[in-house]
Amino acid sequence: MHKFFIRSFVSSLVLLFTFTVAAIAKDVKAAFVYIGPTGDHGWTYQHDVGRKAVEAAGFKTTYVEGVPESADAERVLRQLANSGHDIIFTTSFGYMNPTNKVAKEFPNVKFEHATGYKREHPNVSTYAARFYEGRTILGTIAGTMTKSNVIGYVASFPIPEVIRGINSFTLAAQKVNPNIKTKIVWAFTWYDPGKEAEAAKALIDQGADVIAQHTDSTAIVQMAEKAGVYAFGQASDMDKFAPKAVLTSVENNWGPYYVDRVKAVANGTWNQKDTWHGIGDGMVVISDLDSQMPADLRSKVKKLQADLASGKVHSFTGPIYDQKGNLMVAEGKTADDGMLAGMMTYVKGVEGDIPK
Amino acid sequence: MIKIVKRDQPSRAIFFFTPVLAIFLTLVAGGLIFFILGFKPFEALKFFFIVPIADKYGFSELLLKATPLCLIAIGLSFCFKSNNWNIGAEGQLTFGAIVSGGVALLFYEQEGFYILPLVILAGAIGGMLYASIPAILKTYFNTNEILVSLMLVYVSKLILDYLVVGPWSNPEGFNFPETRQFSDSAKLPLLFEGLRIHAGIFLALAAVVISWFVFYKTYLGFQMKVSGFSLKTARYAGYKGKKMIILVFLISGACAGLAGVGEITGPIGQLHREISPDYGFTAIIVAFLGRLHPVGIIFASLVVAITYLGAETAQIFMQIPKYTGQVFQGMILFFLLASDYLLFFKIKFIGSKK
Repeated sequence: MHKFFIRSFVSSLVLLFTFTVAAIAKDVKAAFVYIGPTGDHGWTYQHDVGRKAVEAAGFKTTYVEGVPESADAERVLRQLANSGHDIIFTTSFGYMNPTNKVAKEFPNVKFEHATGYKREHPNVSTYAARFYEGRTILGTIAGTMTKSNVIGYVASFPIPEVIRGINSFTLAAQKVNPNIKTKIVWAFTWYDPGKEAEAAKALIDQGADVIAQHTDSTAIVQMAEKAGVYAFGQASDMDKFAPKAVLTSVENNWGPYYVDRVKAVANGTWNQKDTWHGIGDGMVVISDLDSQMPADLRSKVKKLQADLASGKVHSFTGPIYDQKGNLMVAEGKTADDGMLAGMMTYVKGVEGDIPK
Repeated sequence: MIKIVKRDQPSRAIFFFTPVLAIFLTLVAGGLIFFILGFKPFEALKFFFIVPIADKYGFSELLLKATPLCLIAIGLSFCFKSNNWNIGAEGQLTFGAIVSGGVALLFYEQEGFYILPLVILAGAIGGMLYASIPAILKTYFNTNEILVSLMLVYVSKLILDYLVVGPWSNPEGFNFPETRQFSDSAKLPLLFEGLRIHAGIFLALAAVVISWFVFYKTYLGFQMKVSGFSLKTARYAGYKGKKMIILVFLISGACAGLAGVGEITGPIGQLHREISPDYGFTAIIVAFLGRLHPVGIIFASLVVAITYLGAETAQIFMQIPKYTGQVFQGMILFFLLASDYLLFFKIKFIGSKK
């Protein structure tokens, strides 16, 4: 009898909680369009972690994975807008034109496009993360840990986002070790384990003993593990794929932003924005630092992380010179967002040319 | 007891029945997979095959999706009928799109009635040029056209990558890998306001009619058929084999190139890295499912197109992984090839008296 009362009390509490959550949720439905499979352990995987955070906050979510950036993207977007979704997150650059096109037809649905620059209609926002801040940390670690003074970097496409990452990484590495060189291999893909592994292999063969990556698969850290060199995880904590090689990872943490934006739709406070958040806002997260790193390096990194978060340190603080020795940022100045958004030149110390 | 007996002659009725059987078996197997995955099979199949085309918009999207598949498959049927294994339609599509996109970009921000015909023509020529490579290598150097045409797919994609990343990238586009948007004069006209279906569908229908005429009413069609059955016979009959090989490859390439034009001047409106979700490969399934017959290919392209749409709908409404669409395409081909067994063998039930 006693048990029965407790049980019914607990279950009514659960019921009450469910109803309260449902009442807050106001039936707002969010949809996510992914470029890859949710199990890629990189870009799409992290967006899906963000979606689950939205779900945990009491909202209904839908996702479609593996949507090609061909004519198909537009149909998927229209179908999502047509089937009662109030906010749609399109999580790849190639969805930019379809997103704006469909947004025009559905003025009551909010669209959030990741990493793009077009906001042609009042119901389109864009968002991206200041991953270059994370790369300042990686550069600091790489410059300290390298013995051969050659650092390998597997890059995806020669766009400002990637160039910015290479530069920020190299600048930080030079700060702790002026002798380092950054060697780049362009994989021309965001996700292709075979190509990425080949690129990493080529860099290791050229003497690189630390490998950084701006592509999404775990193939590079696994290759580094095999070759006995260091590497960094991309997008998600890749430590479990290469426990010896991975020193730390830069994680993309979309959850807080997603929850925030979906809540804004529920409260009717959603407005058009161009968001560019970094370590300070928690969109870029540094994973646990590996114990192979000396203790003083670890504490240095922790401090740098805090300073980047507070704005005391900026990844692009002058003097910065390009490859030819021209001044890009004067002493004591920092690069503004406009310069960062259009960055298409390497800084001094990066080897090779940007593919044209 | 069941006994399997070889047929004296392949059955013509079975020839057209097996595709239907393959589709039916795919549905049964698909339902079974849904059941194993924990979904209600009938509901899942409904979301897969009925819901996506239940309204006008959905149906127009089906036609939009089927258009390139049909066009490419018609072209491929010329090759396959005459024993030429062109596996590289995807490359011919890509190269056709590159050439036609180049012409479209040449007329950036210009208007004029003559632009679109030039753009379309350029696409067909691009596809033909690209298809002529495996054809010429096959006829004059005896290379294997399967390997050459397949490898050229990857070459064409790398050329496209190079162009959209480098010389053709949008100057105002922050170096993202895409070109400028084409001007309206370089785009295929839309057939209905608010729907994406465009004039490219007429190209596909024209290809269907022309191919039917060539296959069944011309000497060339007869030559192709004979070469398909036996190359030795064709040679004995004095057919100019080399000329025909090059011709079927050119036709096939032109069709694939036109499919590429339809994508970039239709729903996409620019060149970027992903202009086709492997239409050139999927069209091979379509060609065989349609039994290399023009009318059969129309139906087959619709059936295969719906596996794309259905996969999206099933994921949106039932959270079924979208990649099941590819599983369905694979199963259709598998069951078709398996049931072709019935073409040459029949199953006899013995045991009961006559």
